[in-house]
Parts: sequence; structure tokens; C-alpha cells
Amino acid sequence: MKLIYERSQAGRRASSVPDPGLEPGSAIPEHLQRSLPPRLPELAEPELVRHFTELSTRNFGIDTGFYPLGSCTMKYNPRVNERLVGLPGFRDLHPYQDDEDAQGALELMWRLQEILAEVVGLQAVTLQPAAGSQGELTGLTLISAYFKDRGEHEQRREIVIPDTAHGTNPASVTMAGYTVRKVNVDERGNIDVDDLREKVGPQTAGLMLTNPSTLGLFEERIEEVAAIFHDAGALLYYDGANLNAVCGISRPGDMGFDVLHFNLHKTFSQPHGGGGPGAGSVAVRDILEPYLPTPVVVRDGDGFRLDHDRPKSIGRVRGFGGPFGVFVRAYAFIRSWGPGLRDMSEIAVLNANYMLALLKDEYELPYDRHCMHEFVLSARGLKREYGATALDVAKRLMDYGFHPPTVYFPLVVPEALMIEPTETEAKETLDAFCQAMLAIVGEAASDPDLLKSAPHTRPVARLDEAGAAKRMVVRHRFDD
Amino acid sequence: MSFTSLTDADRAAMLAAIGIDSIDELFAEIPEAVRLGRPLDIGPALSEAELSAHMAELAARNVDVGRELSFLGAGMYDHYVPAVVDMMMQRGEFLTAYTPYQPEMSQGVLQAIFEYQTAICELTGMDVSNASGYDGTTVAADACYVAKLATGRTKVVVAETLNPQARQVVRTFAPGFGMEVVEVPHTDGATDADQLAAAADGAALVIFQQPNFLGVLEDAPALAAAADAGGALPVAYVDPMSLGVLDAPGHYGCALAIGEGQPAGNYLSYGGPQYGFLAARQDYARQLPGRIVGETVDLENRRGFVLTLQTREQHIRREKATSNITSNQTLLALGGLVYLSWLGPAGLREVGECSHALAEHAKRRLGLPPAFDRPTLREFVVRTRRPAREVIAECKRRGVHPGYAIGRDYGGLDDGLMMAFTERRTPDEIERLAEALAAVGVEVAA
Repeated sequence: MKLIYERSQAGRRASSVPDPGLEPGSAIPEHLQRSLPPRLPELAEPELVRHFTELSTRNFGIDTGFYPLGSCTMKYNPRVNERLVGLPGFRDLHPYQDDEDAQGALELMWRLQEILAEVVGLQAVTLQPAAGSQGELTGLTLISAYFKDRGEHEQRREIVIPDTAHGTNPASVTMAGYTVRKVNVDERGNIDVDDLREKVGPQTAGLMLTNPSTLGLFEERIEEVAAIFHDAGALLYYDGANLNAVCGISRPGDMGFDVLHFNLHKTFSQPHGGGGPGAGSVAVRDILEPYLPTPVVVRDGDGFRLDHDRPKSIGRVRGFGGPFGVFVRAYAFIRSWGPGLRDMSEIAVLNANYMLALLKDEYELPYDRHCMHEFVLSARGLKREYGATALDVAKRLMDYGFHPPTVYFPLVVPEALMIEPTETEAKETLDAFCQAMLAIVGEAASDPDLLKSAPHTRPVARLDEAGAAKRMVVRHRFDD
Repeated sequence: MSFTSLTDADRAAMLAAIGIDSIDELFAEIPEAVRLGRPLDIGPALSEAELSAHMAELAARNVDVGRELSFLGAGMYDHYVPAVVDMMMQRGEFLTAYTPYQPEMSQGVLQAIFEYQTAICELTGMDVSNASGYDGTTVAADACYVAKLATGRTKVVVAETLNPQARQVVRTFAPGFGMEVVEVPHTDGATDADQLAAAADGAALVIFQQPNFLGVLEDAPALAAAADAGGALPVAYVDPMSLGVLDAPGHYGCALAIGEGQPAGNYLSYGGPQYGFLAARQDYARQLPGRIVGETVDLENRRGFVLTLQTREQHIRREKATSNITSNQTLLALGGLVYLSWLGPAGLREVGECSHALAEHAKRRLGLPPAFDRPTLREFVVRTRRPAREVIAECKRRGVHPGYAIGRDYGGLDDGLMMAFTERRTPDEIERLAEALAAVGVEVAA
């Protein structure tokens, strides 16, 4: 389809701008004025709406169909939350409004902080970080501030990370000024505790761990792992990407974690918007509370206020109090469930295990255990026997009307297919997806080219990603 | 209220397929000592009607810009958001999609991001834009990391007239980046090019803002030249709504252009979510953080779009990545694209001219002493000759929020009141502002 710039005609417009009826004239110095106008699109509103509507029909969301993208927790996003976030009292509230005239917003944030702390069993929360990876960077900066305060910063330069970790973990470690120390995974998919003992010492600042892990498995020896770090004077960071498995069941704070981030856009249903917004709120044990970013929302008698006076704070990590609209949706979602959040996690885990049971005979299962909210299969058998890869399976699933699972992650599993159904899917949907997965195994045997040339039903066929990187066309070039 | 579909019969059939008797067995691997063993203490579940009532009650205790006449700006502005922005952002195919890892499922959002990147490049005069950053403050920190990778230098120079929150975020993350921050103070509300040139010597980058946080128009070309003379990357932090009337950073020699996207198509929303934008000259494309969409072809040679230059990114490069960012602000950037497409070049210029004309009208009407005798765009600081916080509090009782107490961020300006004017304000409203200020003892012109 055309780019919006290719639909554009000079002289057309959609906008109407008020005329204040004032004398024309500019007080802008001539050499600062713009002479070459930006070539923004020029369309009337009907064509504008058709363009973006057509684009939307070439996209696939959780509203369109099943989206079992592992590690991303693609659950239904309640529509009521969209109505609530549009209430003028939330939507049109200026972030510099005086605290006394933002009491509803501050109370909502304070309540969300309290709820999040209870869900994970920690004492204090900052809502400021903008997304999961910024939560990681914030958490690591908190750890850094803690050790600086104790005079141990120069000594503790390493963060331990298992090789199943999300790529954000090592990237955040580097950006926080630390060095990555990798630890192996054992034959059950847990952290290799013997390897760990050798890698933790006086040089260690902390551990970054996802639990359940990116393999969808619960770290069975988590208490032992926590003790190793705490005995060495180090701290434990919990990557909250997989929190959807354990709400109301097991709390990271009780497992021994000292600091963590939430992904409010995963666990608590903020729609992901094709790439964002998210929110990476951070919870900490009381020892880290003095270092939290400013401002912090505090309760003060019957009211609420932003507390800027925190001398040991690491400072600000984002503008204002954080992505408030995400808080409105997450808070609404949690209040809808109430303590039933436990059922949410139980059903997410039940759905995943049901799919695993249907699929594990036809795809290889690297770690034969019950899974938590997601599981990882390998297509290496298909590759070996028929030359069909995990990517081919993923592309062929599109022809069956499903969004593919996450592929080639975690890196420890070759030809990985990481499947996360979430709690919001009907059994019929899970059945249909599994039937498609099984049919594809048959197709790989009988007609492997059908997979390799997939997808066949999308607006475009398989795209040349390597060519894109080579040509590097990253903006429209105008003809003139 | 839950959002699940399983019936009792479904559960029984699923447990049987798994070969277990109860859901509890699925959690058997969790050690007893780390199980919660009690219900979460987070209040009862609410029906949709109860939830809506509770949220309406919370929202009603906020005074939004529709409930008082507001001249608050200071980086977040009450520009009009047209209906098409809301409607397009609420399309479920956009709203409820994840990051477009599978391009054949995601051509809609990928093409939209490509169009957004083009719009940002056109606004800023740059060659390449990423798919968005979190907000205006975090893209300032991103720019520091880009400059470190590009120059190998570690000194960050920021003008004191840069948004205070952006400076704070840079200070938070610079030590982890292995960078140190130097601030160049303002001289009568603007940045002195000679002082900036001295500080820029040996620096990785220089960040200045146009118009600056105090509303003043900097001599941006001179500041960019000063940074360049020191071998530092000149980085302009710009307001997208100014770029119909003010020149683009790419036209006066900047290496990067960054800024807060909220004024262009996002609501105030008590500070977020919104988008930050980051654009650069071609030379820095491989150092940029975050997602970038590129054009390609499919097997049948049809045009399509994919995430590209991914070897910069964390899921490939891990600890050697140019950034840890994954989620960005795509939906808000889409809102920005729809808004900028709705405006078109003429609309963008008119909003800039209208805001500027109202601000100039207000200067004349109020007749208050300016804090700085310099040209401004749509926001300016006046001296009220009494603490601005008191003036604000008293005006608010009359239904007028007159602006921002600039003394919060800058010493010696406790009587400084900063007022912002968007195209949504009117001359009549400026009259009400004058009346409110007069009523609380500020000596406005008669």
C-alpha cells in the first residue's frame, strides 16, 4: 500500500486552527526562523482516516486473535480501562498541578504502590521507570547507590546472570557500569548452584534472575541461591517479566529478592501498543528505600503528596511521576481481580501445561517438567529430519491465523519455540493452536517447502531482513 | 471481574489431559517456605460498575485543565488533540499488538513507524530517527550514550537552560555510563556561546534547548557552532510544536535532535505516557538506541517494512548493545504521526504562529516586567514582585492557574512566573488572566 507521503497532495489539509483575531507579526529573530517547511503529509481527514484504518488491517493484535508470544504475556486488555484512562480528571491533568489539586491521581498512585508491594512481598515501590529495561537500569543504579553508601562500590563490580536471561539484563548491567558474570544452567533447567558458588564472592554486587525462568521453569533451589548471595553480602534482582505465573502464590520478596521491576504492560494488562508504552515500576526491600528515585508518592495524614526531599535518592529516572496512564489501567485491572489474582496465575499456568501436554510428543521438550505460565519447545527434530526450522514453523502458523510464539529464545535451547498462552484464552483456542502446531509437523514431513515459503496469507510474503540492514532505508525519500 | 473463559468442564478436561488431579500439583516445585499461603491483601474484587464509580470518584478529585483556566506549561503543553488521534490509537490492531518481531503480522505498525521516523526527520532536519524513546528526559540520557559510543569521550555538557528534569535524568545515569556532567549557567536567561565553547572542549556532546526551558529563544546556530568547535556533538532539545516557525536543528549543524513529543499529539495525562524523539545525522545511525524500522522487499519483491539494524540491540548484542531499551512508546508515537499528518505543514506553522501571537499579546496586555529581556516563542517569565507560589495559589482560588513558579528550578527567581500560551487560549482568556493577577495584587497594566 502507499505511504502516507505518497497519498499527499500539496494544498490539502485536515486541520483547522483557531484564529485569535490578533494583528499578525512575529517577534522571532529572522535568523532563527524556519525557511524550509517540513514535508509533513497533506491530506483531507477522510483520506487520513482511511490510511490509518488500512494500516490497522495489516496489523495483528490480541483483539485480532491468539498471540502466544512467550515472555510477553499477551493477555486481553480490558476495554473498560480505556474508558477510565480517558476520564478528563486523569487525561487532562497537568503534571505540575499542585498536589492538593491532584489528590485523586496521587491516591491512585499511592494505592498502586501499596498493592504492588503486597503482591511481591517487598516494602517500597517507585512507579517512575518507563519500561522493564528502564526498571532494570533503575534497580541496578539503586544497588550501586547502596554499595557506594557502604563503601563497597569499588570492590563489588560484578553482576551474575544465568545464560537463559533476557538480553536486556546484560545490556542494563553494562549501562549501569557493571561487568557481567555468566552462570550456567543445569540439566533440569535451574541455575547450576555449584557453578554459582564458584562465581559469587566479595567482587559480586548481585544477581539478576527471572523466576520462573525464561524456560518457564521455577527455580527449585531459590532459597539456596538467595543464601549464597546474601552470605556474600550481595543483593538479588528479580526480573518481573514472568510475574504472571506466581501472583498470590509465591512472592519474590519471600524468595529472597531485594529489588525487582514489574512489567505493568505484561502482568497487569496495559495494552502494548505495537511496542509501548509500558511501565517498569520497581519494588525494593527496606534497605534500598532511601535511594529510590524522586519524587515518591507518600501519604500525609488524610492526603497524599509528592516527596522530593530524599537526600540519598539516586535522582530522577524519567519525567514526572512516571507513565500515569499505565498506572490507571494497571490499578483498574488489579482492582477488577482483587485477591483473585491468584486464580489469574493459576489459570495461566493451567493453560500452559495443557498446551504442553498436547504438544510435547511431537516437538522436543528440553526439560521434561511441569511448566509455569510458559514453556519452551525445540523444533530441532524437524530441522534435522525435514530441514524445517523454528522460524519456518512460526511463519506457517500465520497461515492458520495465529501470531507465532517467540522463537530462538532462550539461547540455550536450539530452534526454540517459546509459548505463553496467558489466562485469557478459551480452551477451544488452545486446542485450535495445538492442532495447527501438530498439522505443521505433518506438513514438514510431506511438503517442507510449504513451511519454508510461508506465510502465504499475509499482506506480504516473507521479508528480506538482511537486505533491509544492508540498504538502510529508514525514512521516505522525497522525489524532489 | 475476571477476563477468563474456562468452565468447570474445561478445567476437568485439561487436568485430565495433563494427567493430574488438581491445579495445585502444577505448583509442587515451589518450595513450601516461599509460598504465600494466604490471600493477597489488596481489597475485594470490583465489578465493572463498581470499578467505574471508584475511578470516577478519584478522577473527580483532580483539577484538570478543563476545570480551571490554565497557563501551565514548563515542558508539557495543552495543545488541542484532534478526535482522529484518539480514534486511530484505539484501533485494537494497533492498541493490542506487541513489538513487531514478526513483520508479516505487523506491516501496519511497521509502516506507521517508518512514516513517523520520516516525520521526525522532516521536523528536525535529520537523516534517521528511532521508533521513539520513553520521554524527553530519557532521550537526553540516550544522547549521552550515543555520544560516548561515537566519540569515545566521557564529558557531558548541558546548558542550565535545559529542562531541569532532563538534566536530572542525565545526572542519574551518567555515572553508570562512565560519564561526568558539566553544567553551563545561563546569562540573563540564555546560554553564552563563548562559555559553552570553553566547556565543550574535549566533551562528547553539548545539549542545549530551543526555545529553552525559560521560554527564551537561544541563538541556537551559535550554540551548535560553539559545541562543534570543541569537537563535541551539538545536540538540540527541541519542541516539536515550534518547528513550523523555528529552524530545524539539522539546518544549523546539530548532530542529534531530541525532545519531548507530548505537545504533538499526546494528552497531558499527569506526566505520561508520551513519546520522546531522537533523530540524528546518518553518521550516528549505528550508535542509536532502540528500534528502527527499515524498508525492504518480500519474496515477491513487494515493498515491506522490518525492524532493522538489530545488531545494535540488546537481544542480539546483549552486554555490548547500544542500549538496553526494548519497549518504547510506539502507540504514543503513532498518535504523534496521526496528529502531525492532521496538521500538515500549514497547520503546524499556524499553531506555532497562533501560540506566539497570543503570548506576545499577553506580554503587552499584562505589561509585567520580563525576567529576561530576550525574544520568546509561546512561553515567558515575568516578575510578579511577590513570591510566585503565593500568586499562583491565590489566582487558583479564582479559577485561573497562571503558570509555573520558575523559582522551583532557578535561584533568585522566586517572584518569577512562567506562563505558557497554546492555540487553545484566547484573548478573552488572557483578559481573565489579567483580572485574576490584578485581583491578587500583581500590578498588571490597566
